[in-house]
Amino acid sequence: MVDSLALAVSVPLVGGLLATAIPKRAQALGLLASLVAVIAVAWVLVGVWQEGSLRSELGGWAAPLGIALVADGLSAALLAMAALVALGVGVYATGYFRRGDAAAHFWPLWLLLWAALNGLLLAADLFNIYVTLELLGLTAAALGALTGSVEAVSANLRYLLVGLLGSMTYLLGVALLYTAHGTLDLGLLAAVIQPGPVAASALVLMTAGLALKAALFPLHFWLPPAHANAPAPVSAALSALVVKAAFYLILRLWLDVFAPVVTPWAASLMGLLGAMAIIWGSWRALRSERLKLLAAYSTVAQIGYLCLFIPLLQALPPGSERDDLFVALVLMALTHGLAKAGLFLAAGLVQRDAGHDRIDDLGGTAQNMPATTFTIALAGTALIGLPPSGSFIGKWILMTSAIESGQWWWILVILVGTLLAAAYVFRVLSRAFNLEPTPRRFVTQARTEVPALLLALASVAVLGLAADSLWRLLGMGEGA
Amino acid sequence: MAQLLYGGAGVVLFALGLWAFLVYTPLLRKLIALNIMGSGVFHLLIAIAERGELPPDPVPHALVLTGIVVAVSATALALAMGRRLEEDEGGR
Amino acid sequence: MKSAGGLVIGAFVLLLAIWLLWVVQTAIDIGAGPRLAEQAFAGLPATGVSNPVTAVLLSYRGYDTLLELAVLLAALLGIWSLGAASPGFQAAGAVLQGMVTLVVPLLILAGGYLLWVGGHAPGGAFQAGALLGAAGVVMRLAGDERAGLPPLAAQRWLVVAGVAVFVLVGIATMGLGAGFLAYPIGWSKWLILAIETAATVAIGTTLAAAYVGGRPWSHADVSGQS
Repeated sequence: MVDSLALAVSVPLVGGLLATAIPKRAQALGLLASLVAVIAVAWVLVGVWQEGSLRSELGGWAAPLGIALVADGLSAALLAMAALVALGVGVYATGYFRRGDAAAHFWPLWLLLWAALNGLLLAADLFNIYVTLELLGLTAAALGALTGSVEAVSANLRYLLVGLLGSMTYLLGVALLYTAHGTLDLGLLAAVIQPGPVAASALVLMTAGLALKAALFPLHFWLPPAHANAPAPVSAALSALVVKAAFYLILRLWLDVFAPVVTPWAASLMGLLGAMAIIWGSWRALRSERLKLLAAYSTVAQIGYLCLFIPLLQALPPGSERDDLFVALVLMALTHGLAKAGLFLAAGLVQRDAGHDRIDDLGGTAQNMPATTFTIALAGTALIGLPPSGSFIGKWILMTSAIESGQWWWILVILVGTLLAAAYVFRVLSRAFNLEPTPRRFVTQARTEVPALLLALASVAVLGLAADSLWRLLGMGEGA
Repeated sequence: MAQLLYGGAGVVLFALGLWAFLVYTPLLRKLIALNIMGSGVFHLLIAIAERGELPPDPVPHALVLTGIVVAVSATALALAMGRRLEEDEGGR
Repeated sequence: MKSAGGLVIGAFVLLLAIWLLWVVQTAIDIGAGPRLAEQAFAGLPATGVSNPVTAVLLSYRGYDTLLELAVLLAALLGIWSLGAASPGFQAAGAVLQGMVTLVVPLLILAGGYLLWVGGHAPGGAFQAGALLGAAGVVMRLAGDERAGLPPLAAQRWLVVAGVAVFVLVGIATMGLGAGFLAYPIGWSKWLILAIETAATVAIGTTLAAAYVGGRPWSHADVSGQS
């Protein structure tokens, strides 16, 4: 019995070990491991596509005593996005880290981060989630500090500390739940949980801990400096994947495990925080002087959009409308993840080519780097939510559901956020096209520019046009 | 009752650590505060492992061991980053 | 301003503590049942070890322990990526040296004992690894720049040994048709011992190397590149 779920975690892990042990071959081994890991993830995806969900009991011990890995449509979709971004980041990194020792530092940590991410998305055990969260947090902070500058190290030290605070808070919630219910398995817990002070306190503690890691407003303060000062491939992974992973856990807890405990008021509070994140994040992105800082603040806003779904999902009864809304949420998360990865990779190229990433002085970028400018434009399309990007469909369904569930006020937030996003994207583009564009060659460095471009393209074209298959993957087809 | 006493002490440790983490800025104090918070959670887990006459529940014990190693790792990385910053500032 | 902020935070934390105390009391009342202990003891014969905590760490929840070793490795990789190590302490006087030659072998011996005893009594890879790490710290404090560790290329293999043996055992059991980390009956005890031995070496090396700090390839390892 070959267990694709265990392979999705162990392949990048083994790659990380090899890259640690043989630093001279770190890059080749890392790329090889990335390819095998993508195959393992594709295997999981096919399994979920055919059977709806996969579960494997590790160590041969059944759930309450042992640990299980579970893949359903949501985790499979995010796994696939993580694999795409990881592949892009990996290829990009071969062109980005030119010094041998930088690559030798990057690959082991990066593969461990990927293993942690896959482990987190597949985890079905509260304490196992804690361990994957810590692995994710440590590798992310270490990677973010890889440039070694004072700003990068201090920003990522703060990220590490905040992440630890979040983990401890989360772990206290886990301890309360084990005290009361004697199990750590998500499925078993969902079956026995009762509304009451213990469940409510555990939910609050765990959500607060995860919100710190997901940079949910007002706990987002650590994100912009940490992401803006990391090396470009790392920022891409941090913004596209690591933050979303923490949000994925919030979603799991609120929609699956704690569904009977969540009240409309609590869900509305999450929506309110999301709304403030959209406005504040977009506004700060518009006011940012540096391209990478803009991208980082736009991540704060994106987490806000995802939070807006929580009150609506809570309000809608099970049925096709709620299913559509759920698919829209996933579509939006995937689109944002791919677009943000593409944007950060492109920003890294701009920074390297121009020697800085000050938006006001970006004149002529389009002339020098047409492919990169095109990438920024495509990613911007997805961030604003223009058709045919996946976030256009996502926002459309979100607004329809807001009207149908009588919570029309969220629409105002979405409109303001969209306007602000359009403003900050066009602000960058107008600078980039400052000079008469006379491109000599569309692509200047294929190894770095093509992955960025493909990721941005995937966010706009592939997800938007192939959104139908997402319904099927999430088990919410027309027949369901 | 012993469970509540020991578990309650864990909660108090957690709260003390949280307070110190929020109030003090130096890295070392923050790290010690985080470790005290962690000890608080581990206290609670150890307390609920107790089962009177029967041998204690081994699952929380194992969770605590895992948690300690994770906490040590994170503390080590944070200390190394802090020392790196200190060296950089000292070199200026 | 600062003291006022501290007061507000203090009041908030105090309220939180009181609330949590009540919640813990409630949770203990709800969960007076058996939790997982009965099942953990019932499964013990099949695990090949008689210490229930070791059974949880390496059999029931072995996957957690695998990832936890990866966390330890990640911390060391992060430390290595931060730059060169600072020089060691100057060589110690005769008394300290004499003590070191006595204490370090004792620590290693005690570590080996704890590793073996973990199968049936409190002890195991982490306790043993911590002792080995402590031996490294003692040597470094006494002036050994490398804390008694082997050359850097060898260190790299030693620090990955724990996770490597663990995950390879997992993949091997999967290849045999049993599922990831599902040890075959009869092999369980020896596989657990092998994993624990590798983990002990890896933990000891990692802790000592983390104490030394610094980047191991700045000198000989990658001299051809960069």
